[in-house]
Amino acid sequence: MRMDLCQEMILAGFGGQGIMFAGRLIASAGMIAEKEVSWLPSYGPEMRGGTANCHVIVSDQPVGSPIVVAPTTLVAMNRPSLDKFEDAVLSDGLLIMDSSLIDRKIKRKDIKVIKIPATRMAADMGAGKLANMIMVGQWIKETGLLSMEIVKMSLEKVVSANKQDLMDINIKALELGYQY
Amino acid sequence: MSERVLMKGNEAIAEAAIQAGCRYFFGYPITPQNEIPAYMSKRMPKVDGVYLQAESEVSAINMVYGAAGAGARVMTSSSGPGISLKQEGISYIAGSELPCLIVNIVRGGPGLGGIQPAQSDYFQSVKGGGHGDYRLVVLAPSTVQEAVDLTMEAFDIGDMYRIPVMVLGDGMLGQMMEPVEFKPFQGRALPAKDWATTGTRGKRKRNIVNSLYIEPQALEEKNLARLEKYRQIEQREVKYEMQDCDDADIVLVAYGTTARIVKSAMKAARREGLKVGIVRPITLWPFPAAVLHNLAETAKAFLTVEMSMGQMVEDVKLAVNGVKPVYFYGRTGGMVPAPADILEEIKKIYGGEK
Amino acid sequence: MARPKALVDMSQHYCPGCTHGIIHRLIAEAIDTLDIQDRTIGVASVGCSVFTYKYFDCDMQQAAHGRAPSAATGIKRVHPDTLVFTYQGDGDLAAIGTAEMLHAAIRGENITIIFVNNAIYGMTGGQMAPTTLVGQVTQTSPYGRQIETQGYPMKVSETLATIEGAAYIERVSVDSVKHIKAAKKAVEKAFRYQMEGKGFSLVELLSTCPTNWGLSPIEATDWLRENMLPHYPLGVYKDKGGEQA
Repeated sequence: MRMDLCQEMILAGFGGQGIMFAGRLIASAGMIAEKEVSWLPSYGPEMRGGTANCHVIVSDQPVGSPIVVAPTTLVAMNRPSLDKFEDAVLSDGLLIMDSSLIDRKIKRKDIKVIKIPATRMAADMGAGKLANMIMVGQWIKETGLLSMEIVKMSLEKVVSANKQDLMDINIKALELGYQY
Repeated sequence: MSERVLMKGNEAIAEAAIQAGCRYFFGYPITPQNEIPAYMSKRMPKVDGVYLQAESEVSAINMVYGAAGAGARVMTSSSGPGISLKQEGISYIAGSELPCLIVNIVRGGPGLGGIQPAQSDYFQSVKGGGHGDYRLVVLAPSTVQEAVDLTMEAFDIGDMYRIPVMVLGDGMLGQMMEPVEFKPFQGRALPAKDWATTGTRGKRKRNIVNSLYIEPQALEEKNLARLEKYRQIEQREVKYEMQDCDDADIVLVAYGTTARIVKSAMKAARREGLKVGIVRPITLWPFPAAVLHNLAETAKAFLTVEMSMGQMVEDVKLAVNGVKPVYFYGRTGGMVPAPADILEEIKKIYGGEK
Repeated sequence: MARPKALVDMSQHYCPGCTHGIIHRLIAEAIDTLDIQDRTIGVASVGCSVFTYKYFDCDMQQAAHGRAPSAATGIKRVHPDTLVFTYQGDGDLAAIGTAEMLHAAIRGENITIIFVNNAIYGMTGGQMAPTTLVGQVTQTSPYGRQIETQGYPMKVSETLATIEGAAYIERVSVDSVKHIKAAKKAVEKAFRYQMEGKGFSLVELLSTCPTNWGLSPIEATDWLRENMLPHYPLGVYKDKGGEQA
């Protein structure tokens, strides 16, 4: 797979899966690591119950267009997202998919595919909403762009003040994803 | 150095306004700028400021009129359809020579249009969306950091010249997050607002805030005095960014978020050995006409890229004045041009297809 | 009768027999009585009242058609210690400015609206207003106002009395000495309420427009009594202050 210093990512799934949050976590971690970053959400009616996606760029260069046309990494957390973005992934790019929610085969032969049953793993650990963190944990391990330590620091910033009690469980999910 | 924080464009604009001393916000909900009023409603009470959600954009801009006339740093924000409603008030504010900030986070139009990013309000912003002879200073940030810096400066420009200033962004800039740094606000030396209606307090004669001059001679005098002010602004306040234009065959012209996409295309073109540069107007009025006029001597052609059917391109043509061809590429309705498509256009011009 | 301090020493543009002059005087007298001239900011509107910014010797703003309550809101929020009043006619307030008036009241905005109701648009030459009476002939209701096509005359004071945010609403008239005395008290009370922070107040003053009604000044006051008073009854419609006028 490509090990660029620049990650141009699309994270996609259903509204409510924490897609936007996962993207912000990575962008914020990139900023802490003193990289150039951008985070661009899809916005509008589709957020309300439909599919949601965000574009995240982490780079050593100033970010040009914040729109990711050909992602180096696609994080797909449901089938419609895979259907929508599979063809766009850069050749030699990376696809991380939630295999507990996506059952179809992957068409592309020129990309690295990681299947991780994140939703089931999250349910097993009693934190059904943290499949997003499991996906991010796996992304950290696979790309090596940002360290787990940096992402944990980012988590402290991104998690709102009134939810700091959820830090431990979030970290646990990140580590579970990393170890998979 | 102050800390970098990851912020949405809309929220960063709101925070920048507060840090620049704005304490009055009058608005009305509309997508994709809703984070601005939401942020203001949270922050203003904590800095002894006023956040007020009006019954309409029409009412909101007239509250801005009243507060600006009363001497306050004041702003409103909206998007296309709401900005159209504000035009009456903007014309009165311009006519009464009041300073204020109007933020337009543009969405696709016309009519109700859409909510995705667009640059289709260029004419409305730059050519005078309301009635009468007047100008706004129009600032077009390209990044969230620049949105912060320009929002802060907007208040000073407004106060310095007693003119309404518009920050013209788009849905992409408003919604995206980037790291920003809030440098301590270093304001300009500004004239006292001795014209404001504050109550005379027994210290002076009454002040009148007004745009009515029923005698045509008096109105013309007033307008010509304002024209003189506009000439000064044109001389002093033009801002633009220029990259790789020294040896450029083709000069790309784009503003706001579109300029970022154009820069990506420009890099790709340079990698293929195509000599391409960019001029990015930061002030849309006053427009950086002189720099484009001068580049017409060395460049072979210009390509203007916009998220519109072609609006700023008219100002580029006026600046180039027929000396070299000026081409246009645009997407509209909330569609965003892709770097590859722009590269294609560049190649077409090189290949003589255009 | 000396000129009140709060009125500028200049001739006004109003037509002979017009009652705007009386109302200007009442406002200026109230400002003098409360001794707040240096803390008063007025807002002129559009219509015959457009030049009021020239006549009051205090800080003034001129607002767009119907928007005076919004401009006044902006001013009042910046300078809460001042008296902020608007001066609006029936076209400005009850047609194009309905939303601004209503929502200023709904917010309980601590401002005073001086509402001059003469049942017609004056400045533009006598067109039908929202307050034009049924059957009344105007330039744009040449056959008399028809309910079927032009609806009913708007009752502003009655409408505003239903708004929780309104602190004081009274309808008065300037057709007679007795009524003018009552009007003077009403304007003064509205201003006093505002200075005491009681909230939104509006004084509706029934007024004449001899020029556009096509009547002599005396005929006009008679017409007001015979036609407007029955449809627009005088009185206090809302008083949160707990005291009588």
